[in-house]
Amino acid sequence: MSILINKNTRVVTQGITGKTGQFHTKMSKEYANGANCYVAGVNPKKAGESYEGIPIFASVKEAKKQTGVNTSVIYVPPPFAAAAIWEAVEAELDLVICITEGIPVRDMVEVKDRMRKAGSKTVLCGPNCPGIITPEEIKIGIMPGHIHMKGRIGVVSRSGTLTYEAVGQLSDLKLGQSTAVGIGGDPVNGLKHREVLELFMNDPDTDAVIMIGEIGGSDEEAAAEWYAKECKNKKPVVGFIAGVTAPAGKRMGHAGAIISGGKGTAQEKLAVMEACGIRTTKNPAEMGKLLKSVL
Amino acid sequence: MKIHEYQGKEILRKFGVATPRGKACFSVDEAVKAAEELGGKVWVVKAQIHAGGRGKGGGVKVAKSMDEVRQYAGQILGMQLKTHQTGPEGQKVRRLLVEEGADIKKELYVGMVVDRVTQKVCLMASSEGGMDIEEVAAHTPEKIYKVFVDPATGLKDVEAGDVARKIGVPEASVQQARSVLQGLYKAFWESDASLAEINPLILTGDGKVIALDAKMNFDSNALFRHEDIVAMRDLDEEDPAEIEASKFDLSYISLDGNIGCLVNGAGLAMATMDTIKLFGAEPANFLDVGGGATTEKVTEAFKLMLANPKVKGILVNIFGGIMKCDTIATGVVAAAREVHLSVPLVVRMRGTNEDIGKQILKDSGLPIISASDMADAAQKIVAAVSGK
Repeated sequence: MSILINKNTRVVTQGITGKTGQFHTKMSKEYANGANCYVAGVNPKKAGESYEGIPIFASVKEAKKQTGVNTSVIYVPPPFAAAAIWEAVEAELDLVICITEGIPVRDMVEVKDRMRKAGSKTVLCGPNCPGIITPEEIKIGIMPGHIHMKGRIGVVSRSGTLTYEAVGQLSDLKLGQSTAVGIGGDPVNGLKHREVLELFMNDPDTDAVIMIGEIGGSDEEAAAEWYAKECKNKKPVVGFIAGVTAPAGKRMGHAGAIISGGKGTAQEKLAVMEACGIRTTKNPAEMGKLLKSVL
Repeated sequence: MKIHEYQGKEILRKFGVATPRGKACFSVDEAVKAAEELGGKVWVVKAQIHAGGRGKGGGVKVAKSMDEVRQYAGQILGMQLKTHQTGPEGQKVRRLLVEEGADIKKELYVGMVVDRVTQKVCLMASSEGGMDIEEVAAHTPEKIYKVFVDPATGLKDVEAGDVARKIGVPEASVQQARSVLQGLYKAFWESDASLAEINPLILTGDGKVIALDAKMNFDSNALFRHEDIVAMRDLDEEDPAEIEASKFDLSYISLDGNIGCLVNGAGLAMATMDTIKLFGAEPANFLDVGGGATTEKVTEAFKLMLANPKVKGILVNIFGGIMKCDTIATGVVAAAREVHLSVPLVVRMRGTNEDIGKQILKDSGLPIISASDMADAAQKIVAAVSGK
């Protein structure tokens, strides 16, 4: 098993005709069961055409009707990305993974509000995230597939390359991953650490979790507090927070990575995680070793 | 993106928020002329820089005669204004705002940000205006009232009125305060702000509600739909290195240490900085080259780092995924040659085509120190910079 996606997931690519969408759809299709998983693309102007043997439809609804897709991945440019998310929500897909970086926060506030009010059951991952991978089954996103290895460790992270770093360390130690989830670096997004942690806690094929966070917001604290209350001693969780050296008030690349009003510092997050029974390291080169030590 | 107080007030006025009459000035003569045009007996001369805390630093003066307007304008224009937000070197004042004096009876605080937990715009208001609001939040949080605004309806009459009463606006002025709060919300929402703050919002002796200050920051992801706001950008207020970096689509932030770092990905870049500190040194910058680094981009990144005289060594940390290690290695070698690199360089590369990349570095004949992981890389550059 795994969480969120597996070899039976059927994916529609929104933005399949753009350069990024094409490149990553091709790479993802070539990974593991990708050839069976990637069954549709969307572009209203190119309906009826195809890319890499994947048929293109006019809308997500049409793609769902014709191919039975349950998941979407979005590479649509930032000004149109929130509308693309809403289209996937309206088509009642199970999961929408939005890779697009640079979506205005206001657009995300609006689309999340509409999702809540509509009582939507669609799960949103991202935006501004690397995507999700269940090794040796399916890869949805822009992560390098070859560094992953099938196994029983869950990975959840706000950043892209730092996720790869953790995965690389785990694979080097022959610790495979059940699923690796990149939730993205934007302030208003879908899945949070807490929700992904809960999925991993309930997944019979995940034995332990690495949770990687960064400065800004309080998602990591919320996840740690939930873990202490609901799941302590169930499965070990270890963590790392990037940004100990980041000064307050400066945005460190990600729109969400900023210490403001004295809140969201790495020190504060690390202290809460430790107090909640999550072992942490200040050395990002030792995330894998730390996880191995708690198994 | 940040703007000046006078620009923030221009935006607020468009949304019906009352402000004192005033004029932006670039010289002492302009300041005097502005005061004459405004008339009255009292004027306020305010330094326009993007940092807060201007009053305490001597950047805001109340003038009671034309001579004083001239005197204060002369003192403030050109000064290195130091506040808790500028850093020890301060910020040079190049613009002034000259305003009519106001009859302050009571000072209030109102601010807005996007709240990450509720994913809504949060209005914060307090009766404790004029002070450092972070102090109020830390010591007397019960004095800050919050409303999380429904994005579909905007700030409702009843919500705005309720907040106005809670922060001590007298009944006769509640309607005015309500329209100020609603105007602030509309300004925030429609201009894609990330922060809007009026501190202080004042009640005057004759019951008026006026924004005496205005601070607005904007979501850089939304600037594509706000040409008018982009036009307000003041490059003099920004770090020249950060401006240069943005031309090449590099995300760069100057820091105080002496080890330059070049990394792909924001999270990994922060983690690299943290590792440098863990081994006893300080990073000179945050630099994310992004996912599609070309030789040109890497060369520009090297130039940026080396333009900082404090840099005594460089650490390159790349996790090649889609971007291949051999591409990066070629870029690093070309950049090192072009800039005649004279400080120690440690490179750590992981991922796709790692071995080819390492061979390229080795064959270059350049004194590049290779590292196996992040910790090894940090230790090696710290050792090289401190002379072993």
